[in-house]
Amino acid sequence: MVDEKVTAVGPVRVHTISTDKYKTNTIVWKMKAPLAKETVTLRALLPYVLQSGTADYPSVKALRTYLDELYGATLNVDLTKKGEHHIMTIRIDVANERFLPEQTPLLAKAFQLLADLLFRPALDGSRFVADIVEQEKRALRQRIQAVYDDKMRYANMRLVEEMCKGEPYALSPNGELEDVDGITAEGLYRYYERALAEDELDLYVIGDVAEDAVLNAVKQRFSLPDRPKRERASMTSVKPRREVREVIERQDVKQGKLNIGYRTNVTYEDDDYYALQMFNGIFGGFSHSKLFINVREKASLAYYAASRLESHKGLLMVMSGIEPANYEKARRIIDEQMQAMKNGDFTDDEMAQTKAVIRNQLLETLDTPRGLVEVLYHNVVSTRKRPIDEWIACTDQVTREDVVRVADKVELDTVYFLTGMEATEDGKTGV
Amino acid sequence: MEKRVYETLHEELFYEKMDNGLDVYILPKKGFNKTYATFTTNYGSVDNQFVPLGKTEMKRVPDGIAHFLEHKLFEKENGDVFQQFSKQGASANAFTTFTRTAYLFSSTDNVEKNLETLMDFVQTPYFSDKTVEKEKGIIGQEIRMYDDNPDWRVYFGAIESMYHSHPVKIDIAGTVESIAQITKELLYECYETFYHPSNMLLFVVGPVDEQKIMQQIRDNQAKKSFPQAPEVKRFAYEEPSAVAEKKKVIPMHVQTNKCFVGIKAPSVPEAGEQKLRHEIAFHVALDYLFGKSSPHYERLYREGLIDDTFMYDYTEERGFGFALVGGDTRDAERLASEIQTVLLSFAAETIKKEEFERVKKKKIGAFLRALNSPEYIANQFTRYAFYGSNLFDILPALSSLAMDDIAAVASSCFRDSQIAVCEVVPKGQ
Repeated sequence: MVDEKVTAVGPVRVHTISTDKYKTNTIVWKMKAPLAKETVTLRALLPYVLQSGTADYPSVKALRTYLDELYGATLNVDLTKKGEHHIMTIRIDVANERFLPEQTPLLAKAFQLLADLLFRPALDGSRFVADIVEQEKRALRQRIQAVYDDKMRYANMRLVEEMCKGEPYALSPNGELEDVDGITAEGLYRYYERALAEDELDLYVIGDVAEDAVLNAVKQRFSLPDRPKRERASMTSVKPRREVREVIERQDVKQGKLNIGYRTNVTYEDDDYYALQMFNGIFGGFSHSKLFINVREKASLAYYAASRLESHKGLLMVMSGIEPANYEKARRIIDEQMQAMKNGDFTDDEMAQTKAVIRNQLLETLDTPRGLVEVLYHNVVSTRKRPIDEWIACTDQVTREDVVRVADKVELDTVYFLTGMEATEDGKTGV
Repeated sequence: MEKRVYETLHEELFYEKMDNGLDVYILPKKGFNKTYATFTTNYGSVDNQFVPLGKTEMKRVPDGIAHFLEHKLFEKENGDVFQQFSKQGASANAFTTFTRTAYLFSSTDNVEKNLETLMDFVQTPYFSDKTVEKEKGIIGQEIRMYDDNPDWRVYFGAIESMYHSHPVKIDIAGTVESIAQITKELLYECYETFYHPSNMLLFVVGPVDEQKIMQQIRDNQAKKSFPQAPEVKRFAYEEPSAVAEKKKVIPMHVQTNKCFVGIKAPSVPEAGEQKLRHEIAFHVALDYLFGKSSPHYERLYREGLIDDTFMYDYTEERGFGFALVGGDTRDAERLASEIQTVLLSFAAETIKKEEFERVKKKKIGAFLRALNSPEYIANQFTRYAFYGSNLFDILPALSSLAMDDIAAVASSCFRDSQIAVCEVVPKGQ
């Protein structure tokens, strides 16, 4: 289904996916390390500093001018967490010269550029350029603060913070505001050297390319010393059972955000992973799911009411936007849907529908270079390998008993409600 | 069936006009799993005054009704069409813009069944008093969600500042008050006026057999009957060419300032190649001025006035065009004044040929990248087709774009009278 060839070149795992369906070629570089308070802000800053200049193009303007010359090649970076790993990503996407009047070797130039970004950054002696670092620190502060203004993202973040207090997963991949000031151009450079020496490195190349050519390009430009193979720790920290927590926060908002976190006690590593995906699909993942039907369509309480999984950490998160006064009502309906799942109160039609939609969603994701890489990267993050063919076959085999078994493991952990200023003391004004 | 070949792009497009007036386009995309189809009507939020089908008088309908109708079309007597699609493994959706309402599905299986469902549900309206009332709660929450979203508020605030009376200044979803006035009778009236096949376009893109799909569409349409429909009479708004107010400030519970500078085009070409060129010229001008490789971007970024939320875009639709430039900032007032200075001091004749060519190259690459996306192709093709132009003409239009095209945009739009500002600032500041 997906022809992924993986070869190690030194410490870099090179993944080649040859296809002629796109009009561009895409290179994605990923660096993975444990999510930790000491490094999270450094890592949140580093890729932004790297994309601000190279030795040859030592400013944003010079670098971006060069990208424009390469027929508007795009360069972007981002930070994510998967389970308790922190992942830096750099992507370059460049037109396939086949569609252009002049035959510039754009892909080769894109490879060179990525290598330069990583190994020949703009430097001032043996540190990054102080001006660039200061600019990017400012942009990072703004990025961290911006979450407060987007109430949907904010409520998601707050739920995770409250739910995973004391666990690395509570950290935001964009770093911590109070740690930004202390970062220096020297310190960041030292961290950069350490990350290159210690992180797990993966390079994905998707497009009209042959594996040999890719490997040659990587060997020429990405030669890194070998490193000792590290033990891979299991990703999940087991949390003791505890009381359900309810957190109510007030702000000047018109719409309340009700976000609810559950521990699923099932992760990507487990046999029950596909059953968990099915559980989420029937419960809240799609527009035919129980949450959408009951909270939105039947009770008319919300525009959105959905759930999503963090499969590497084993979390299930419900999110909905409701009238502040409807808090109790919405909670009750959501609880009822969860109870229905545990009771096996769903039809064979719902099972079949969810299987069809999951299959469709997976196949569609594979149609974009970015989606393809994200699907394949699960296998890097987890010790459990799941080839894509297996995803579809195994989802098809999930039975109702499997879903009920998974439902039985799901535990309510934290309820977070962001509500308006005018609601009464307990946030639970009359329904 | 007509076949159009775009050689440089390695694309083949198939077209046919159905007997009832519906335009159908099919773009086969080998190698993709997904088929994406959109069924779009040339009707959006700005169409709030028109002569209903079979009537003679101009009528004003409640704000937000096109969007409300979009929501309600999914619900039928025997349930919800979303259910039907998901049983067939598809994901369905819809969206309403200023000038269009589009219904769509994407699926990797059962394409013919899903296409049948799409055509049938859009062409079989069912509205009841009960479901209309129920929808008011859902859309009310959609409106509240946007009320709390500062990015949306600053975006729409800038549009409101630019326009005196044109309905582009009215939120697409309307208000809680305006949607309260919507009834099933009004929905039927809008539906019958605007959802006639001769006012609609069907686009299918994906790994499909064009002959089979076209035959299926022909058979489906032949089964249905529609009254003769004259062209829709829409109200012609008299909009002054200058902006309505220079500046709007919206205090909100936010930590970051946000600022958009709006640039109002005093007029836009009505249709065809001229319209396409005008739009592209505006895009290229903005890219030249504010792209990441521009001197202005570098300076503003270095001064901390912009960050990675900085954006610029130009929207041109039926009868109006405006650009927005801005994003999050630590000083909204200064950013607004910097952007205005850049616009007002721009002299097209100072553009260097090589810089101009570079921006064009960048646009060509971006266009190729966009063609990776079936969603982009279907949505944008439809948009251009409603204006009598063609998405695939972008490439030749870009290649032949001249400095004069940029100069024309600059001299008509980059003027004080055309510029309005909207800021979102923390409450209490």
